Amino acid sequence: MTAVDPANVDRLRTIARELRKRVLRMIHAAKSGHPGGSLSAADVVTVLYFSVMRIDPEDPDWAERDRFILSKGHACPALYCALAMRGYFGLEHLKHLREIGGILQGHPDMRKTPGIDYTSGSLGQGLSVGVGMAMAGRLTKREYRVFVLLGDGELDEGQIWEAAMCASKYRLRNLTAIIDYNHLQLDGGTEEIMPLEPLAAKWNAFGWEVIEIDGHEMLQILEALQRETNGPKLIVAQTIKGKGVSYMENVCDWHGRAPNDEELTLALTELGAQV
Amino acid sequence: MEQGIRRTIAYAAQMRYDVVRMIENVKSGHPGGSLSCVDILACLYFDVMRICPDEPDWPGRDRFVLSKGHAAPALYAALARRGYFPATELGKLRQIGGILEGHPDHNHTPGVDATTGCLGEGLSIGIGMALAARLDHADYYVYVVLGDGETNEGQIWEAAQVGAHYGLGHLVVFLDLNNLQFDGTLDEVLRPWDLSAKWKTFGWDVQDIDGHDHRQILRAVSKAKNRKNRPHMVICQTTKGKGAPVMENQCAWHSIVNLQQMNDCLPKLAQEIRRYEDILNAADVW
Amino acid sequence: MKVANRAPIATRDGFGQALCEIGATDERIVCVEADISKSTRSCLFAQHFPSRFFNVGVAEQNAIGVAAGIASCGLIPFVSTYAVFASMRACEQVRTTVAYPRANVKICVSHGGLTPGNDGVTHQGTEDMGLMRTIPNMVVIMPCDFTQMRAAVFAAAKYDGPVYIRGTRDAMPHLYDEEITDRYTIGRAIRLKDGGDVAIVAIGDMVSHALRAARELAGSGLEAMVIDMHTLKPLDENIVVQAALQTGAVVTVEDHNILNGLGSAVAEVLAERAPVPMRRIGLRDTFAESGPYPALLAKYGLAVADIVDAARAVVGRKERSK
Repeated sequence: MTAVDPANVDRLRTIARELRKRVLRMIHAAKSGHPGGSLSAADVVTVLYFSVMRIDPEDPDWAERDRFILSKGHACPALYCALAMRGYFGLEHLKHLREIGGILQGHPDMRKTPGIDYTSGSLGQGLSVGVGMAMAGRLTKREYRVFVLLGDGELDEGQIWEAAMCASKYRLRNLTAIIDYNHLQLDGGTEEIMPLEPLAAKWNAFGWEVIEIDGHEMLQILEALQRETNGPKLIVAQTIKGKGVSYMENVCDWHGRAPNDEELTLALTELGAQV
Repeated sequence: MEQGIRRTIAYAAQMRYDVVRMIENVKSGHPGGSLSCVDILACLYFDVMRICPDEPDWPGRDRFVLSKGHAAPALYAALARRGYFPATELGKLRQIGGILEGHPDHNHTPGVDATTGCLGEGLSIGIGMALAARLDHADYYVYVVLGDGETNEGQIWEAAQVGAHYGLGHLVVFLDLNNLQFDGTLDEVLRPWDLSAKWKTFGWDVQDIDGHDHRQILRAVSKAKNRKNRPHMVICQTTKGKGAPVMENQCAWHSIVNLQQMNDCLPKLAQEIRRYEDILNAADVW
Repeated sequence: MKVANRAPIATRDGFGQALCEIGATDERIVCVEADISKSTRSCLFAQHFPSRFFNVGVAEQNAIGVAAGIASCGLIPFVSTYAVFASMRACEQVRTTVAYPRANVKICVSHGGLTPGNDGVTHQGTEDMGLMRTIPNMVVIMPCDFTQMRAAVFAAAKYDGPVYIRGTRDAMPHLYDEEITDRYTIGRAIRLKDGGDVAIVAIGDMVSHALRAARELAGSGLEAMVIDMHTLKPLDENIVVQAALQTGAVVTVEDHNILNGLGSAVAEVLAERAPVPMRRIGLRDTFAESGPYPALLAKYGLAVADIVDAARAVVGRKERSK
């Protein structure tokens, strides 16, 4: 089946639902983590890891692999679940998020977790690393692509704009940045803390080609990720923080709070009940 | 020519001489980038800004931040000629015991509102000053001069976001677009175009002018003051090394290339000052 | 040790040249520059290997991140900028994106210490070695001359992990001949002179000052040992302890704040393993100012005379405590 085949889209929706359940179980077990931003990123992460990226869980360091940087590193539960479900490590590790001695750190750690292409967590830094990887790919004449998932609040960081200028200068067409645009940051809405609009126009002005999509629509995500461009590509994915769990959706508080037993049950029921 | 413009042009001529002389004297400094912003500073210090050299800390004063701090000689020339300190201090640039540091230093020099030198930091300081003005219900303006290479720095864009978010209409920023940074043209280094579009999308009111045309500079400030709710970016097309033909548009003259050539510029610069002896009282060809 | 009779040359020139040499033999060598290549001397590499030279403009934080990304793909990036910008502007990036994942990034900075002289405080990197030292996994080196800088760059390229190498803007006297290049080892200090009365441990541009101080002390009957502690981290602790045991009095000299740099590192070792009277020469927790580099050294207590006085003082304390 091709990527945009309806059967593939259905398959991806099913996987994303499963991924969401695992994310919530994981954060609940750890009593710690970031559910809101993990859930808003879940569909994009699913499409990348289960359809678009050329990767090999048996060979995490394969030199030709596509790279992924979760620049909004706090959403790592989504990434860890995707990696586990893809077979980079056993699913049992998902029960031990943030535990001493465990392989799953509070933010992605490339030295501790198979499949993590770069360490992240401090916002604003991942795009630069992605730029470096894309440059290295071109220099060594490798065909891999680099994907960087950014948070929206993260765009407040000046380093993002340094990296954006750099990517544009070097016309890095092997680089795709995706903004998980859920319109909420830690202290409130992005409009309230630091308005980002006109977002697409800004990135255009910085030399990027911009595609705007619904970040929860598999077909749109697929098409956007696969579209070829002449330079670096930005996908503005409109998302909902906490997507998939009604009481979490669009609620700032769920940025960094773990669900309790009751809340977990409610969430899992909702996710199980969705078609 | 209107008297007002003739005055600022006269002082610009004096400042150009001062800049080349003070750098040549100490054999150290940044002539190209200092000369490219002389006209902007002359208009600010000799026409636009409400300041009081006898009272450098007057709370109601307009503020100025030279974010491209390596152009300090231009600022020092403006401050000296405006009366903040004796012009004899210009001969002690970068010397131990002098009051003129290699880059602007608020703690060392009367009239310097902010310590700068590390590119990318001055705009944030200017933003802070403008926010303070608002909190204090004060009506002073804050003027900042940025370098063009300096806009590579991410912190500039952090500050730009804040300026727009708070609608800082009393903040007027001049971008000294001489198109040359340390390692080459802007195109060669980071290709930052389109600058005007960038600042507009970041929510600024943008004007594009000739940064050596005093009429245009003064008109830009006027226009900015009439548009209240956004911070103002005035992109000034300039020539690095303006006024010293051997340096004009030459990347290498970011720093000193040849002392003799610098020295050779001085007679013509001195001649230029003498044309305005009526305004300057005496041409100071020190 | 033979002292070559060549005109002094800045260690940043050693960096520029060495980078070209390794660039010629190893295609993995890449340079990431933040718009001051003519000053850092990475312009030489840019001329010879333009496809492997990346100028990211005035954007140091991005430069570090980009280098990290490049290193993760098996290449060996050298980042070049000034000491103050790499260590402070981009400190968090160095810590989190380079040191923490142990990325194979080499950060080679120019304008270390007071050598930026009359550019003034904003350009003087006088706290950088202390900051870098406090970051786990970082190797911190300040070579004392052109030849040692070349040796350090070669060694850094072979070393697997993050390295911070600090160079000078100003010309430094030659202290080493070419032959040391093959014998240079990161973390192994060099005893340049023996002496039993006091040990002077110096780094970088202060090594030649330490040697001059030793000559002056000899004139008044005091024999000073001089140690070139080119690698601040990992510190050669054993040579420090041996020196303390042999001489009973130690002076450290660095073009840096006395807090957190060489003086602190040596004091930590002595306190734990061989407490002896000690004196740190460096900036006494102050910013300097604009001025010519030699004049700044004199004004801020880093002159040869200051080292001599410090040596006499610790010897005096040693005698009194007997």
